Order: sequence, then structure tokens, then C-alpha cells
Amino acid sequence: MTALGLKTTPTNAATPARRPNVPVYLDYQATTPCDPRVVEAMLPWFTEKFGNPHSRNHAYGWEAEEAVEQARAQIAALIGADAKEIIFTSGATESNNLAIRGVAMFLKDRRNHIVTVSTEHKCVLDTCRHLEQEGFEVTYLPVGTNGLIDLAELEAAITDRTAIVSVMGVNNEIGVIQPLAEIGALCRAKGAHFHSDCAQAVGKIPLDVNAMNIDLMSISGHKIYGPKGIGALYVRRRPRVRLVPMIHGGGQERGMRSGTLATPLCVGLGLACALSQAEMVEESKRLLGLRTRLLGGLQQRLPEIYVNGDLDHRVPGNLNISFAFVEGEGLMMGVKGLAVSSGSACTSASLEPSYVLRALGLNAEMAHTSLRFGFGRFTTDEDISYAIDHIVSAVEHLRSLSPLWEMHQEGIDVSSVQWAEH
Amino acid sequence: MAYSDKVIDHYEHPRNVGSLDKEDGNVGTGLVGAPACGDVMKLQIKVSAEGIIEDAKFKTFGCGSAIASSSLVTEWVKGKTLDEAGQIKNTDIAQELALPPVKIHCSVLAEDAIKAAIADYKRKAGKDDSAAAE
Repeated sequence: MTALGLKTTPTNAATPARRPNVPVYLDYQATTPCDPRVVEAMLPWFTEKFGNPHSRNHAYGWEAEEAVEQARAQIAALIGADAKEIIFTSGATESNNLAIRGVAMFLKDRRNHIVTVSTEHKCVLDTCRHLEQEGFEVTYLPVGTNGLIDLAELEAAITDRTAIVSVMGVNNEIGVIQPLAEIGALCRAKGAHFHSDCAQAVGKIPLDVNAMNIDLMSISGHKIYGPKGIGALYVRRRPRVRLVPMIHGGGQERGMRSGTLATPLCVGLGLACALSQAEMVEESKRLLGLRTRLLGGLQQRLPEIYVNGDLDHRVPGNLNISFAFVEGEGLMMGVKGLAVSSGSACTSASLEPSYVLRALGLNAEMAHTSLRFGFGRFTTDEDISYAIDHIVSAVEHLRSLSPLWEMHQEGIDVSSVQWAEH
Repeated sequence: MAYSDKVIDHYEHPRNVGSLDKEDGNVGTGLVGAPACGDVMKLQIKVSAEGIIEDAKFKTFGCGSAIASSSLVTEWVKGKTLDEAGQIKNTDIAQELALPPVKIHCSVLAEDAIKAAIADYKRKAGKDDSAAAE
């Protein structure tokens, strides 16, 4: 095949420098590059302004505290919260653990039930599994073929024993947006706390914790062009949400998360939020244009490709496609000029394909043929053109090697064949 | 995960891709694996009157290691007798391609494909030794 060569993009001073001979990055749901403006803002807080923000006795501490509080306000502004309601954490995984476990443990004598969704991130599902072992009851709501939950099913699942309902804002694999405002209204009416893992939603879609009745929201730094190693948890003050802390110590962060704050990381997360807020409308339009072009370009040149998850209720920077009759990991090897991820977890010990795609009702065969494309702030028009050509040639090559494609061409229904499972 | 150079070479330049006429009495076809498991191999052999495998073709749905394993065995079986081809072990394939432990099943599938193709040929030729399980 011809398109295996790697692409070199000229460096643009406004974007992070691209290294020659590295693939075009289309994995923005995995992580994002830190925006150079964010890095610049962080730098002084590593060196000359190194004070402990909790030091009350001198100017080093005061300036660091002021910087941290400004960052807290920037985060709060992005989600319609008050700065006092923002708790810094190490990332969305910690935020999700703290929100679910913290609330559950606080309420355990009165409410021992948790509601979540089968397509949540592993850190939510795993936290729930552990709470199950500790005596909690957990309801895992299914999703429809579009990846969205059924509100009637949610309503039926919430009881007067439900401590917390945890539903993600945007799914990390398929990018679909859950109806947060409707979920929040249901939770409020039924007296259950509403937590949302918004690691993939913050800065991508408008969020308002009050309009959406969200009580706890998890935020990640590195998904929004901020640094890795920091996140935040929004914890509502009115009506007050109480939780049992997981990390004990000096009582920082209103006692909910002890430990010295990492001033540079806080500053970085704050600015990342402010930039996302300022640029969200324009950037969403641009990304939607890129996605429309990518999908259209592929559909025009490749038959038998299917979008996984709802296309309308979806963040613009995500596309998840099954390329029928081509195995995803083999395809990733074919598109080595692109950094993407696959729903075919062929390298994992389990050999099981993506549980998210399976939850949509996708059969294992189609789940094995999927690729996730994530693009964002530094993705260019040229990247998309390159991606289309590269993917088309790899899929065509692999279909020419595929016995399933051959059977399909001969009119054989591959799903009707008796396969020997191995 | 990094692939070995040999896997990459077979993936980028697969040998003997294609299909033989499965209705031909001299052709044995092995189709193993399952789409739900993420790999399917079709291996075909054409056997001469002297019992020598004179041609082999494959098509594979799977990861790079699965494609490389099947490509490699088409090279290996050519020129061999059926008995010799039946002696090829998955461990030989895995060693030649330097497959990591998580990819050993690809070499197992390739061995299964050879055995299935041989069994199919023998069945057609009326030499079914009935030990030839799929």
C-alpha cells in the first residue's frame, strides 16, 4: 500500500510545535496537548512564585493563594458555579471517586442505592463495583442504540433510597451528550444527588450547574488543553452537598480534599477553562465543519461504514466509525500516520471489544471494526484531508485481504455463518 | 505495542493474498476463527497429483499479527507434502514472527487454518481420515 508514509507538518508558532515523523494526532478524547498560552501562564509558579498557597504568614503564600483563587473563579465561571464550590483534585478519576464514594458513604445509613449507566467511564463503574461489595445496591441503566439513556427508565430507577445518580455529560468513546438538564430535574424532584462526570463535556458544550440541577461535577485538566495531574470537583453549597473525604490531612479544600495545592497546575486549569469559555462557540463551529468533512469524505469513498452513537447529540470533536469487514487493530496498524484509538481491544488481556459499543447493542463483530477519531484545537483542515486519504487507502487494502469482505461481495450474509468461536 | 519487523513486513507486503476455486477438487479450504472474536482466516491449498502443495492463498480479517501469521504459513506450506504441512506448529510461527504472548492465539489460528485446509482437501479427495476435525 502507498499511504503508510508519515506526514510532516510545518511548524506553526501559534500551535504546539509538531515533531517531524510523528503521526497526526486524532485522539483528543484520550488527552489534549497543553495550550502554549496555558504553559506560559504556569511557568512563573514553578520558579520565582513558588510559595505554598496555604502559607498565611508571608507574601509568597499570599500571591500563590491569590493565583489559586483566581483559577477557582475561572473554573466556576465556565460551569455557572460559585468559586467556593470548586474543589481541586488530581484529575477526573479522583473527582469521580470522591463524588460517588464521598456522597454514598455520607448517606449510607439512610440511602444505600446508586444509579449509574453502563457506558460510564471505568473509574465510575469501578467505584460503583467497590461500593456494591461494601453493601450498596447499584442500578446500571442501559442505553439505546444511539448511546443515550431513557429518561423514563431513569425515573423508574430512582427510589427514596437512592443516594446519588451518576451520569456522564459526554461519553469518551462515542462523544454523545446525555440530557443533563432533564436528568437533573428528575433527580431534584426525587431528592437524589446528581453527579455528572463532565471530563469530556467541560469547555466543549455549555454547562450550567444551576440550570441543570447538577450537585457534583467532575472536571479534568488535560482534556481541555490544560495540564495533566489536575482536575476539579464542583460540590454544590445550596442546598449543601456533604461528602466523606478520601484524603485526610490539613483540611484544605473545605476539608474535602487535604493536601497542598499545586499552584502551577491550578493556574493552568483555570486559564484552560477561561480559554475554552472564550472560544467555545467559534471553536465548536470549526470542529463541526472538520467532522462533517471527515465523515462526508469517508462515506463518499467507502461503502459499509457506520457511525456509532447519535450524530446530533454529540460533541463536534468526536467521530466513532465501524468499518465493516476490517478489524480495528489491523486498521490502526494500517493508518500509522494517524494517532487514533480502536474499540477492538485486541491487545488487552480480555480480547473483549469496547463495552461502550457493546452497550449500544453493537455485535462484537462490528465493535471489533471501530475506530475513534478525536480532534480539537490544533487539528487543521489539512490534517483532515490527510486522514481521509490515509483511512480510505488502508480500509481498501485491508478489505482486499478480508475473507469477510469477499463473502459479503459474493452475497453471503456473514452473520448467518456458523462460526467456531475460539 | 510495537510489532516486530517481520510482522510489519508481512502486513505491508502480504504474500499470496487471494482465493483459489473452492469447487476445484484439488483445492482444500480452511476457514477458521470468528468475526465476533476479531479474527477470521481463510487458507487455501492446491495439491498436485503427487500430493505436493503447489499453491497456497490466504485472506485474513484480523490484527497485524493475524495477517502476518497467515501470510507466513502460505509461504511455508508451498512445496511441502500434506504430512509435512500438517507438522507446522503454532510455536514455530510465533517464534518466526516474534509474537508477544497476547498474540499467540494468532499463530494458533494459523495452525488451525492449515489443518482445516488439509482436512477439507482430504475429504474432497475421498481420503477422509476422520481425525480431521475443524
